[in-house]
Amino acid sequence: MKDLIEIRWHGRGGQGAKTASLLLADAAFNTGKYIQGFPEYGPERMGAPITAYNRISTMPIRVHSNIYEPDYVVVIDDTLLTAVDVTSGLKEDGAIVINTTKTIEEIAPLLNDYKGSVYTIDARKVSEEALGKYFPNTPMLAAIVKVTEIMPEEDFLRDMEGSFKHKFAKKPEVIEGNMKALSLALEQIKKIQ
Amino acid sequence: MSIRERLSGNEATAYAMKQINPDVVAAFPITPSTEVPQYFSSYVDNGQVDTEFVAVESEHSAMSACIGAEAAGARAMTATSANGLEYMWEMIQIASSSRLPIVMALVDRAISGPLNIHCDHSDAMAVRDSGWVMLFSETNQEAYDNMLMAHRIAEHKDVMLPLMVCQDGFITSHAIENIELLEDNKVKEFVGTYKPEHYLLNREEPIAVGPMDLQPYLTEHKRQQTEAMNNAKRVIAEVAQDFEKMTGRKYDFFEGYHLEDAEYVVICMNSTAGTVKNVVDSLRANGVKAGLLKVRVFRPFPGELIAKALEGKKSVAVLDRVPLLNATGGPLYEDVTSAMFVEGIHVPTVNYSYGVGGRDVTEEQINQVYEDLQNLNDMSNPYRFLGLKERR
Repeated sequence: MKDLIEIRWHGRGGQGAKTASLLLADAAFNTGKYIQGFPEYGPERMGAPITAYNRISTMPIRVHSNIYEPDYVVVIDDTLLTAVDVTSGLKEDGAIVINTTKTIEEIAPLLNDYKGSVYTIDARKVSEEALGKYFPNTPMLAAIVKVTEIMPEEDFLRDMEGSFKHKFAKKPEVIEGNMKALSLALEQIKKIQ
Repeated sequence: MSIRERLSGNEATAYAMKQINPDVVAAFPITPSTEVPQYFSSYVDNGQVDTEFVAVESEHSAMSACIGAEAAGARAMTATSANGLEYMWEMIQIASSSRLPIVMALVDRAISGPLNIHCDHSDAMAVRDSGWVMLFSETNQEAYDNMLMAHRIAEHKDVMLPLMVCQDGFITSHAIENIELLEDNKVKEFVGTYKPEHYLLNREEPIAVGPMDLQPYLTEHKRQQTEAMNNAKRVIAEVAQDFEKMTGRKYDFFEGYHLEDAEYVVICMNSTAGTVKNVVDSLRANGVKAGLLKVRVFRPFPGELIAKALEGKKSVAVLDRVPLLNATGGPLYEDVTSAMFVEGIHVPTVNYSYGVGGRDVTEEQINQVYEDLQNLNDMSNPYRFLGLKERR
């Protein structure tokens, strides 16, 4: 991992982009890193495009700006590809991770000639198989951890189990499904460019 | 051993309040400070504090309840933002003139209108001469640390003034970042218990609080308030020394970053200071003698110290996170330049209105300021805007 990696999340209100960015911050924190996890709050409405950010660093983080030149971009909803300039400022030695069933031929025209790596995952399929419902943020969290290699997969899974036990203390029945969503996502994410 | 954690600024503030365990918290929710009483009320619900939590119906009542509680002899706290603070306005002055050391978390947000929920300092600046001690915080860590020092300052017998700890709405209040927390017992010991000299519930000494105060003595009482604010300087320094002994974290009236040998100085408060530090580092790497002066203690204003720290500099930019609506300078600029005038220090100093209503403050913008400072030929209009989109 580089000394500082910067990640930008694109989602729609209600899909959990903010929660995913906070969980990623948590996971990286537990590996001893300095972290920032923050959403860009706008007029929040279900379905409106929203942005969230992460900085993960080996050094204390002082900057308090949004991220304009991210190393990685996560797109939780592929309908955003035509609505938001998701590759804006994205570094070519970085990567974009998209929740979609589309092929590279279908996606490439929407990525502004982005030359870096493109990963896709069908987070709907993963989520529905593991949880019986569509919560795309859990699989996308696993996907970005795998792509950024900020921590070994086994450490990530162990750490997330702890987080879920805490987060879902009052509904433990969803822990197993969420853990399954993470492992399925780690298996199913694929590099298409 | 401190505790390594990751918390948002609001979480850190609520956690400090839990460790302080005040007698009374009275609050009404308003974005972006809502989480402070929200998290705190769960501590109340879980029995982790024995605070009397008063869920009032407005901010005016929140401050009134704090005033009542403090006058009775209790330790009272609240939190608010923007229009919530404005709605307290009348009671803000009653609190300070009654010499009640209430402590408030102010999560800075633009005041309406038009409606905007994001960060600027227009709320804090609207109450800047209301007799409250005002501490500003760059990070969640500083918001936490300032809160732990707050009661020792406010409740000191030579001060007895209310105090607000300010941090930037959303930018630090809602961002998760690393933080070092202290153990409960250390906080408890450091903050101590509140033993007011005079209080309403003391049957041995009947007193009146908030009586009419006309021509015979109001002037003298106001002068005493001034003296209390002056005394706060000494007390703030003493408390910071004790805090440093406990934590190793040093707090001063302001923080200088590469300030001593700097030729070009930016002055600002709160979260922007972190971004400025990054820019200072990159400019220094290119041989530009850039420096930062970050104001922590805004009231009482350490004017003499700031002015002396600017002596001999080539140029200075004061960043005010407020709209400039008085056709002269922003509040921080006016304070800094008038202090320089009084001390006889003449350095070309310009003013920028920036980051209004949550406009993102980038390293690029700060770079522009230092660029301007290195080419400061035209001082005909020192009142400027940073990051403006419109063509002018």
